[in-house]
Amino acid sequence: MKQEIRVPEVSDGVTKGKVIGLSVAVGDRVEVDQALLEMETDKAVVAVPSPFTGKITAILVDEGDEVAVGQVVMAGEPEDGAGAAPESEAAPTPQPEPEPATQASTPAPAAPEPPRPAPAPAASGSLPPPRTEPTPPAEVAPASPVVRRFARELGVDIHAVRGSGPGGRISEQDVRDFVKAALAGGGGGGAVAVSRPLPDFAKWGEIAREPLSQVRKITADAMAYAWATAPRVTQDDKADITALEAFRKQYNRKAPDDAKLTMTAILVKVVAEALHRFPQLNSTLDLAAGELILKRYVHVGVAVDTPGGLLVPVIRDADRKGVATLAAELNATAAKTRERRISPADMEGGSFTISNLGGIGGTGFTPIVYAPQVAILGVSRAEMEPVWDGEGFEPRLRMPLSLSYDHRVVDGADGARFLRWICEALEQPLLLAMEDAR
Amino acid sequence: MSKTLDKAQLVVIGAGPGGYAAAFKAADLGLDVTIVEPEANPGGVCLHRGCIPSKAFLHAAKLIREAEESHEMGVTFGKPKIDVPKLRAWKDGIVETLTGGLGGKVKHKKIRHVRGRARFHGPKALTVELVEGGEATLEFEQAILATGSRPALPPFVEGLSERIIDSTGALDPTRAPTSLLVIGGGYIGLELGCVYAALGTAVTVVEMLPQIMTGADKDLVSQVKRRLDAQFEAILLNTKVLALKEQKNGVKVTLEDRKGEQTTKIYDQVLVSVGRRPNTEDLGLEAAGIALDGPFVKVDALRRTTADGVFAIGDITGQPMLAHKATAEGHVAAEVAAGRTAAFEPRCIPAVCFTDPEVAWAGLTEIEAKERGIKIKTTKIPWRSIGRTLTLGRDDGMTKVIIDPETDRVLGVGLAGPGAGELISEAALAIEMAARWQDLALTIHPHPTLSESIMEAADGFFA
Repeated sequence: MKQEIRVPEVSDGVTKGKVIGLSVAVGDRVEVDQALLEMETDKAVVAVPSPFTGKITAILVDEGDEVAVGQVVMAGEPEDGAGAAPESEAAPTPQPEPEPATQASTPAPAAPEPPRPAPAPAASGSLPPPRTEPTPPAEVAPASPVVRRFARELGVDIHAVRGSGPGGRISEQDVRDFVKAALAGGGGGGAVAVSRPLPDFAKWGEIAREPLSQVRKITADAMAYAWATAPRVTQDDKADITALEAFRKQYNRKAPDDAKLTMTAILVKVVAEALHRFPQLNSTLDLAAGELILKRYVHVGVAVDTPGGLLVPVIRDADRKGVATLAAELNATAAKTRERRISPADMEGGSFTISNLGGIGGTGFTPIVYAPQVAILGVSRAEMEPVWDGEGFEPRLRMPLSLSYDHRVVDGADGARFLRWICEALEQPLLLAMEDAR
Repeated sequence: MSKTLDKAQLVVIGAGPGGYAAAFKAADLGLDVTIVEPEANPGGVCLHRGCIPSKAFLHAAKLIREAEESHEMGVTFGKPKIDVPKLRAWKDGIVETLTGGLGGKVKHKKIRHVRGRARFHGPKALTVELVEGGEATLEFEQAILATGSRPALPPFVEGLSERIIDSTGALDPTRAPTSLLVIGGGYIGLELGCVYAALGTAVTVVEMLPQIMTGADKDLVSQVKRRLDAQFEAILLNTKVLALKEQKNGVKVTLEDRKGEQTTKIYDQVLVSVGRRPNTEDLGLEAAGIALDGPFVKVDALRRTTADGVFAIGDITGQPMLAHKATAEGHVAAEVAAGRTAAFEPRCIPAVCFTDPEVAWAGLTEIEAKERGIKIKTTKIPWRSIGRTLTLGRDDGMTKVIIDPETDRVLGVGLAGPGAGELISEAALAIEMAARWQDLALTIHPHPTLSESIMEAADGFFA
């Protein structure tokens, strides 16, 4: 009994990805849900899980290949009784088929293609020019010279634009739509690479070039968008967390590993409550409509440092969860994120972001708002400081907080009140329970 | 005695089709432009001793051929009287008109023309050896290097003479030799061979490789070879030239065929046309920090060299060494120098051999598709089936369209036949516009013209 393994639906709008790693080899025995390969999509790195427990009999893709949702990437033989996971809609029900015809006919969509010449270099400055006449036609972006020029002037890599015309022909409108989509939140299938000609650095010393990962491209795009659109103010404050930290340590002495209470979990809770009191910090500006979109939900993104770059998983409905639940969820999510097992859907829909660098250090920084959100809280390392209590200096543990916000939406006084409220709630958590339950 | 010239905002070194195009464009974009060029007027090899003179002679050759062949339609001319000095003067008149026109444009656009040869003596400074004598130093902010190329000479050629000539000599003839050996079966040798054959010279072409017009698809070449075989004394393929010896009665040439058999023959004149060499010497490139890539100047897509503010265009930047490629590069360099966004990224650079019949292609060739493993589909149509061909008194010619079978996009077009060079631009436009074969097939082409062959060849994909 043979079963094909297809690329599952990973997220809305994601139709393809690049294989960045194969986790199994032909002949390997795999468990159901075990990661078979890692795929980098426009939005995240996702693992393709095994739909069955059994043996891998064929691998039809290689690292670096582009694969589409629904494409057959591997084949295997499930063990008796350990049949296919029926909930995976993309995986077809295994059918007994006469051998060996299947083997020969399956690879059709994923048949390894003959190696193609390297893609045509984009117009970025110091790449070596093509030595011979035409650009390799197989990778040529089908667009007229004037459309190519238009893209070049906007700093758009024409090869990243999808054409809507016959045979994928790229029109001027397609380039415009691409820019719009990229500006509207990076979901447009690629980053707008605004590139100016670079000098030839090699003339001053040795250099190396490495390709940008998808995560890096998305980060660059999102940060450039925020920088260009949101006039940012950063406000600093300090919270006295002496008592809170003592409580946290004491709590953790009894808590199992996966339920350990972190300062980030507490901050998520406090921020969630603060956002209820200051709804304009939980909003998005819709200039085109002339409206402010106020979110009735509180989904808090938490920046996680991973070897592959910064990822921001989102804790949903943080305002409705207790601190213990938040702590457990955060611990699990952070681990999943670092292992790059997070799905794109887990990183969508955030309405506010926390970036905690306290574990690394620093006395303060100016986080960039993760547009179209309007505010982000940066956290630096808490230090013991002498604090004047009116009679003498007291050693107090103080945590620096830096709130950046989109000044088009949030006034300075509101920003200050919001941040102060957070500090006071950290100092006196009873504040969190002063209002009636929602 | 060295003079110091006023500092140039943009200096263009060499005023061929690349250099003058760059200079004009840059002036139009508001830059203060200086040209350094020894000739009195712009034009370069192309206008003075290349494309234009050879096309003038080829037109004369065409007239001679057509007069010869017209007896079949009941029109008979006598044997033509050929006055070589007058023919040459007619050609010179054309060159003067064209280059003089360009000279006028230089003045009109207020471009400073320094007559001389430039050499870098630092990153932003040139020494100009003036035609009027003496030297001058010229500092610049930006420079475009466009020094072009010259005929290459193989090691067995010790020097040029009245009998051993290169294309420059062949385009300034004093007489039609009785016999001519053309060394090199590329487009330059074949075009000039056509000219001399029409003038009554017994032309032999010797080519080391198994094909003339290397790089062009064989089916196109076979169209022209059939006719050249009739016009020429012989086309010797797979044959090497071992030695040339000038004697009183001609040049003694030793040839060696594929089997290693040697023969010697005496020719009245020998035309050396084995290719062209980029002019990168004596320019002080090192002083400016301009790096080479093989024999060519290293440039990026913006045509910037490794030296800050110095661009290079045309034959010195690489193959194909064609005037229209240089012009396009010149425009890119001028725009970048003026602070605009531009890059040299053509989809195709059409090529034309003005032999009889002409051979022209744009984009992908079948040879290249095979080498690079690109999947293609082709259709071909012989010009015999096109009414216009027969009314021209011809029956030769072929049109080939190459497409990507997955997207139906036109990847390349190859043409052979009289006037093929005038037809290839449609193909170049189709490729640049990313057209599909249906676009060519559905575009109404006027009847009766040779251009219908492109429409009909594309139509072949319907089948």
